[in-house]
Amino acid sequence: MTSPLRYDLATVDVLWRRDLTRFFRQPSRLAGALGQPVIFWLVIGSGMAATFRMPGSGVGYLQFFYPGVVLMVVLFAAIFTTVSVIEDRHAGFLQAVLAGPGSRAALVAGKSLGSASVALSQAALFLLLLPAAGFSPLQVRWPLLVSALALAALGLAALGFAVAWAVDNVQGYHAIQMTLLVPLWVVSGAMFPASPEHPVFAAVMRANPVAYAVSATRRALSGPDAPGALPGGPAVDLGVLALFAAAALGLAALAARRRGGTRGAWARCSPRSTPA
Amino acid sequence: MTPALSRPRSASAPAPRLAARALVFRHGAREVLRGLSFEVAPGEIFGVLGPNGAGKSTLFSILTGLAAPESGELRLDAARVAFGARALRARLGVVFQDPSLDAKLTAEENLVLGAALFAVPRAEARARARALLERAGLADRAREPVARLSGGMRRRLELARAVIHRPSILVLDEPTSGLDAASFRATWEAIQALRREDGLTVILNTHRPDEAEQCDRLAVMAEGRIVACETPDALRARVAGDVVVVEAEDASGLAREVALRFQLPARAVGDAVVIEREEGHTLVPRLVEAFPPGRFRSVSVRRPTLADAFLEITGRGLETEEAP
Repeated sequence: MTSPLRYDLATVDVLWRRDLTRFFRQPSRLAGALGQPVIFWLVIGSGMAATFRMPGSGVGYLQFFYPGVVLMVVLFAAIFTTVSVIEDRHAGFLQAVLAGPGSRAALVAGKSLGSASVALSQAALFLLLLPAAGFSPLQVRWPLLVSALALAALGLAALGFAVAWAVDNVQGYHAIQMTLLVPLWVVSGAMFPASPEHPVFAAVMRANPVAYAVSATRRALSGPDAPGALPGGPAVDLGVLALFAAAALGLAALAARRRGGTRGAWARCSPRSTPA
Repeated sequence: MTPALSRPRSASAPAPRLAARALVFRHGAREVLRGLSFEVAPGEIFGVLGPNGAGKSTLFSILTGLAAPESGELRLDAARVAFGARALRARLGVVFQDPSLDAKLTAEENLVLGAALFAVPRAEARARARALLERAGLADRAREPVARLSGGMRRRLELARAVIHRPSILVLDEPTSGLDAASFRATWEAIQALRREDGLTVILNTHRPDEAEQCDRLAVMAEGRIVACETPDALRARVAGDVVVVEAEDASGLAREVALRFQLPARAVGDAVVIEREEGHTLVPRLVEAFPPGRFRSVSVRRPTLADAFLEITGRGLETEEAP
């Protein structure tokens, strides 16, 4: 008799392996993963470089913007790998997982880890450009960088999963992501730092988990007092990111918990609330 | 009325592998399943026959743990199991109507991942994948992405994936929908072989009479209930004699006319009139002479099929969609 835990670990393992295998098998996805952020970084970065000066530092805009683009890579990868859940659940591989012996929580964990790993792989590709952005790979605080990006990727992937499962149609999913997640990135300090003259903006940033990920990435690349980093320190950044990842995973598990994998049956299969 | 339960069973008969009792499922105000009961014996191929919309897919979702009914119970080898219980899921092999393979991965990878889901040890999974690919005639396509396989090959691969962990019950939702005649035969040969060699119990949904013929026993489903549960032969025997089919423009009008003139039970099904009658061939010349030339597109006589039996029992055609 196989134990429940073994089935759950097996489910996590299958989904995780599957996402990574798929990613590395598609050259177009690899090229897109590198090409799109590079273009974004160079075009927006050069456009802003003429007008933007980081107060009190000699850092050029391309260098300032680079950690923000790393997070953009993670964010977009998390969005685009979890949207597949919608199709996959009704007419794809996830059907077999739903009917398999693993729990829903294991399904959430496996898919989130898979998406997060794809996001990290894409970020790793973009990090090959560290020297071009003026950072020395030898001076990067790698443990901080990897843990911050991993936690952010896991949280964003789980959040993407929760939205995908609850919304259950592709257009709705993208609409929500464009109004929820993309603005999170815009006000994360990725493009410009919070200015003391705008307390509302600063407060929004402090409540935004992506801001802590950008901040930790800045500290990992440029030291504890990196320009644009949030007040506090790397421990605060990582602590907030860990809480965010845990909360997002909890939310995704909650979304997927209800019995139902078929479109028709899903909405109305809660247990009876009143005795017959 | 639960035909499956009222079926006499001798004391020595083995306990049913799977039994469902009084399943009720509502979708909003609509009752999709209205107290559905059946028993499936070990090693049996049990078909649920009904048109689209009869509630077959809901039943499939309940058996595979994807939906929970309002009330009712399931028993696995006589022991009660909760809906969607892990103990039940671990013993099922499931083939969905929609594809559930990863088209980007190879045939072999799909099988190995399918085995891993059920915690089959890796070496055993590889050996089993090779054997199943061989059996499905896909050994030389093992390293190709599923996207490059034909529809029939994919269906055989779905079947192989569903049994890679050696389940005791195979559950299939319309296993041959959209397949051509050759793929239909190949799929059914594979299902029969699994039952013969591994002693699998098979439960399937279908609306195809030719697929229903492959089953040991059929549950005829209409409006959320099982209205008959018998062997295909017994069901067909409910239709007296032959079936005369007249294709014509105004089928329902013609059915009324035929019924009136010949005092026969004539039913309009789609754009044809169906008449059940002993010695059907003697009716044909009388029909043809009674109506002006051009009124019929064709007239034919045949032995009854399960589609005719379904019509006889439920008063509806299998091809029609049941109104919600």
